Amino acid sequence: MTTAVMTEKLVYKRPQALLDVETHYCPGCTHGIAHRLIAEVLDELGIRERTIGVAPVGCAVFAYEYFNVDGTEAAHGRAPAMATGIKRVLPDRIVFTYQGDGDLAAIGTAEIVHVAVRGENITTIFINNAIYGMTGGQMAPTTLPGQVTTSSPGGRSVSLAGYPVRMSELLANTPGAAYIVRRSLHNVKEINRAKKAIKLAFRAQMEGLGFSMVELLSVCPTGWKMTPPEAMQWLEEHMIPHYPLGDYKVSDEVRALAKRR
Amino acid sequence: MARELLKGNVALAEAAIRAGVEAYFGYPITPQTELLEHMSKRMPELGRAFLQAESEVAAINMVYGAACTGARVMTSSSSPGISLMQEGLSYIAGSEVPVVVVDVMRGGPGLGNIQPSQADYFQVTRSAGHGNYHPIVLGPASVQEAIDLVTLAFDLADKYRHIVSVVADGLIGQMMEPAELPPMQPVRQERPDWALTGAKGRPPNTIASLVLQAEPLENFNKHLQAKMQRIKENEQRQLEMWTEDARLIVVGYGTAGRVAQSAVKRARDEGMKVGMFRPITLWPFPEKRLSPLADQANAFLVVEMNAGQMVDDVRLVVEGRAPVEFYGRMGGVVPVPEEIYDVIRDLYDKLPASGG
Repeated sequence: MTTAVMTEKLVYKRPQALLDVETHYCPGCTHGIAHRLIAEVLDELGIRERTIGVAPVGCAVFAYEYFNVDGTEAAHGRAPAMATGIKRVLPDRIVFTYQGDGDLAAIGTAEIVHVAVRGENITTIFINNAIYGMTGGQMAPTTLPGQVTTSSPGGRSVSLAGYPVRMSELLANTPGAAYIVRRSLHNVKEINRAKKAIKLAFRAQMEGLGFSMVELLSVCPTGWKMTPPEAMQWLEEHMIPHYPLGDYKVSDEVRALAKRR
Repeated sequence: MARELLKGNVALAEAAIRAGVEAYFGYPITPQTELLEHMSKRMPELGRAFLQAESEVAAINMVYGAACTGARVMTSSSSPGISLMQEGLSYIAGSEVPVVVVDVMRGGPGLGNIQPSQADYFQVTRSAGHGNYHPIVLGPASVQEAIDLVTLAFDLADKYRHIVSVVADGLIGQMMEPAELPPMQPVRQERPDWALTGAKGRPPNTIASLVLQAEPLENFNKHLQAKMQRIKENEQRQLEMWTEDARLIVVGYGTAGRVAQSAVKRARDEGMKVGMFRPITLWPFPEKRLSPLADQANAFLVVEMNAGQMVDDVRLVVEGRAPVEFYGRMGGVVPVPEEIYDVIRDLYDKLPASGG
């Protein structure tokens, strides 16, 4: 009688930096992917136990209940200011903010611009899904021209509401910004690229190189009133042309860091 | 420590430094700017955090973040800047982190002017932001008292994990007086167990003011109200002079209280049975000592540098047992002792005959 030898290879598990809890995110939402990428990076860099996260107001308002790190919840748009306060007192900790487009690009514009201006040594993960998800699908500062939302029922009119703001391009113009890139979460290839960027952003902070931000183009099937596959396709066809993926600011120090393993 | 000639704003700043403040975030605004300037020089010298924020909105949220680490933290501003901080203060109260705020009040409303005023009594004592709570509010009447109350403010903030506001009007901030600073306390090394420091070898700590369900939020509010009650029971402070036999009691705080005290002294010297009651904690309002005086005095006179705000609190305590009159100057006008004396004289003459 022969015995079959079974070998197991674990290829997928929950990162230690992500708590074993259910999230409140809608089916098909990319917040879960973004959370997981951050958690994997915190694990891989071995910094979970010295990381402090700052959650926004918006759909990710409960992010501090999902990450297995010390965390807090800022007033709408003020996460960069809170993160500044934490980092200035505890400069050897890793501090990150997780913010949506309404939080970062509308009500919190001053705060995000000034952390970049100061070269504050924190990392921001910016979720751009072109809509206010939490409040039920209103026009965001990043809503595309013509895009229908509950507060732009005829489609965003640029003559009435102005143009969608490109935050990565804007923040890349500040000397204090060390690493500003835009990635997308709509397919596996881009998700892998997004993770690499998140890792470099945190590594830049660990080295004290200045402000780092990774903008992640994301979907909101509920707010966009689409199925998840339709939403992924819409992101690719409509958002990427307006928000081109790429590296908007990579300082010389970060470039050198990227070459080191 | 020797007495030295100190400007109020500098004394407020240096007192905070001596109390071991670890981080200061602020934005320039008259008449408190010397406080921020002093911090900008001293804090880096001592290896502590100083940052001039892009706005008062950012400053208070930096304070909020820093307070989440369990550090002693402070900001300072003046009336319009304090208005901008209301949002952050509400989150701080809802998260129960200790914070000290100095408000050097100026004339309002709007941009108003930069003269001394007490026009923000309602704003500072009622809530400071949305929600159900009062910050602890301390009102100094001299540079020395400003120093002493800043020291106390840090202890109370830590004790109750709450906002403590030191409200000085512009006169206290700008004038120079001899005063003595306390010895230097080093920055505290240990962090409280609730602080955000990184979840090393323990489950993660979270600090938030978000409670989505109604009943849990009601329970949190009950917890907050119980804390308010403890503060009311334990922290009322006032200064009383000549109240034991007073038939007319003058109530005033800060600069208005100090000017009124000169007028009361003159009336006393002239044989009038007038007393002085100066609240030092504006919230909790010192009702425990004021209330029994309503059974004794024939009348009260409240003097403020506003249109009549603290007078409401006095009336709540007196509960109709005696008439409560008001005298105030507004818009940055500081009353002089003579005009308050005239009001005292008029009121005193109208009191019913003594012995009744």
